[in-house]
Amino acid sequence: MPTVSMTVNGKTVRRDVDPRTLLVNFLRNDLRLTGTHVGCDTSQCGACVVHADGRAIKSCTSLALSCDGMAVTTIEGLATGADLHPMQEAFRQHHGLQCGYCTPGMIMTAIDLVARKGHHLDEHTIREELEGNICRCTGYHNIVKAVAAGAEAMKAPAEVPAMAAE
Amino acid sequence: MYAFNYHRPASLAEASAVLVANADAKFMAGGQTLLPAMKLRLANPSDLVDLVALRAELSGIRREGDRVVIGAMTRHGEIATSDVLLAAIPALAGMAAIVGDPAVRSRGTMGGSLANNDPAADYPAAALALGATIVTDRREIAADHYFLGLFETALEEGEIITAIAWPIPKRAGYEKFRNPASRYAMVGVFVAERADGAVRVTVTGAGASGVFRATDFETALTADFSSAALAGVAASPEGLNTDIHADAEYRAHLVGVMARRAVAAATA
Repeated sequence: MPTVSMTVNGKTVRRDVDPRTLLVNFLRNDLRLTGTHVGCDTSQCGACVVHADGRAIKSCTSLALSCDGMAVTTIEGLATGADLHPMQEAFRQHHGLQCGYCTPGMIMTAIDLVARKGHHLDEHTIREELEGNICRCTGYHNIVKAVAAGAEAMKAPAEVPAMAAE
Repeated sequence: MYAFNYHRPASLAEASAVLVANADAKFMAGGQTLLPAMKLRLANPSDLVDLVALRAELSGIRREGDRVVIGAMTRHGEIATSDVLLAAIPALAGMAAIVGDPAVRSRGTMGGSLANNDPAADYPAAALALGATIVTDRREIAADHYFLGLFETALEEGEIITAIAWPIPKRAGYEKFRNPASRYAMVGVFVAERADGAVRVTVTGAGASGVFRATDFETALTADFSSAALAGVAASPEGLNTDIHADAEYRAHLVGVMARRAVAAATA
């Protein structure tokens, strides 16, 4: 079997895999990182979204072998100890979930959205950008609120040191 | 997914050689169409030739005189946000921005889409309308001679698209009516007035044989490049798809609506 190695949440991992192994199954079955979910398995729902080299991708539609040498971040890699990532905290505060199945993918997509479009996101933009993430519980209302609040909150840590430096 | 042998060639020559040496081998660029097809067992390659290691060599967007050259492994997301392309051919950047969803646009590539030639893909409409040149590891193919039918192109065994050269038009616009579930084009219409004044109107998603030119629309727009000029022009349902999503007459109607909107976008 071919060998794949990549960095997952800052840690270098190396495994022999069947070439068919999808990134999501590699994360869940080989690394036991089960926070990344399989929803539809047809790249529609976005429950499997992770970051690969800083970009949100659907890990059900990527071979683990294609990600050889990449840096992958999953939902497990966001928090710092007991401190949730600002986007996770925003989902908690705004109750941007019900059953929680879609939430890891929503959060990974939302963080990627902030990286691409900045911290001030209007409702229209957020709804458009969530096109590839499906939630069957919430009706999206609180998810949209959480993404907007999380985007603003993500700005804060970067600004504090800059202001302190002045 | 059925089992396959995985290859990750480091050069174009190696990639081509691996493909030719294995009868049922397939190239994979971003994999956003091929992997779903393999998961459904609609595609069953014996060998998968992953072009990921060629990404640095085959990606990038640059202006060369009166055209924009886009590397085949450039991703939709990069194309949608390219300042060079937004300035030169905003309709093409806008097209890339509505391929799939954001995560799909982070993986899927222009070359992969054009090599696959899905009848509901977006880029074929732009290529045929703008007169793109498909550059491969061995020759250059004009878009007029490239698209041969459903999932069929002029590419030979082992031939790899390396770049696509897009002539900059005077103006252009693209509008698509998406299937509400799959988000693929039920009908997409690209209109372009080329630098030499020639007008092209191309249709994707609707034709039973893939992308095609709507010549009646071209004639009307050549006389007067405005949505009003298309008021009396109707597409024929003959040769259009009928499936569970829409019948041929509905698609023919959409061709007219999308064409008028695309002209409006081009002239805005």
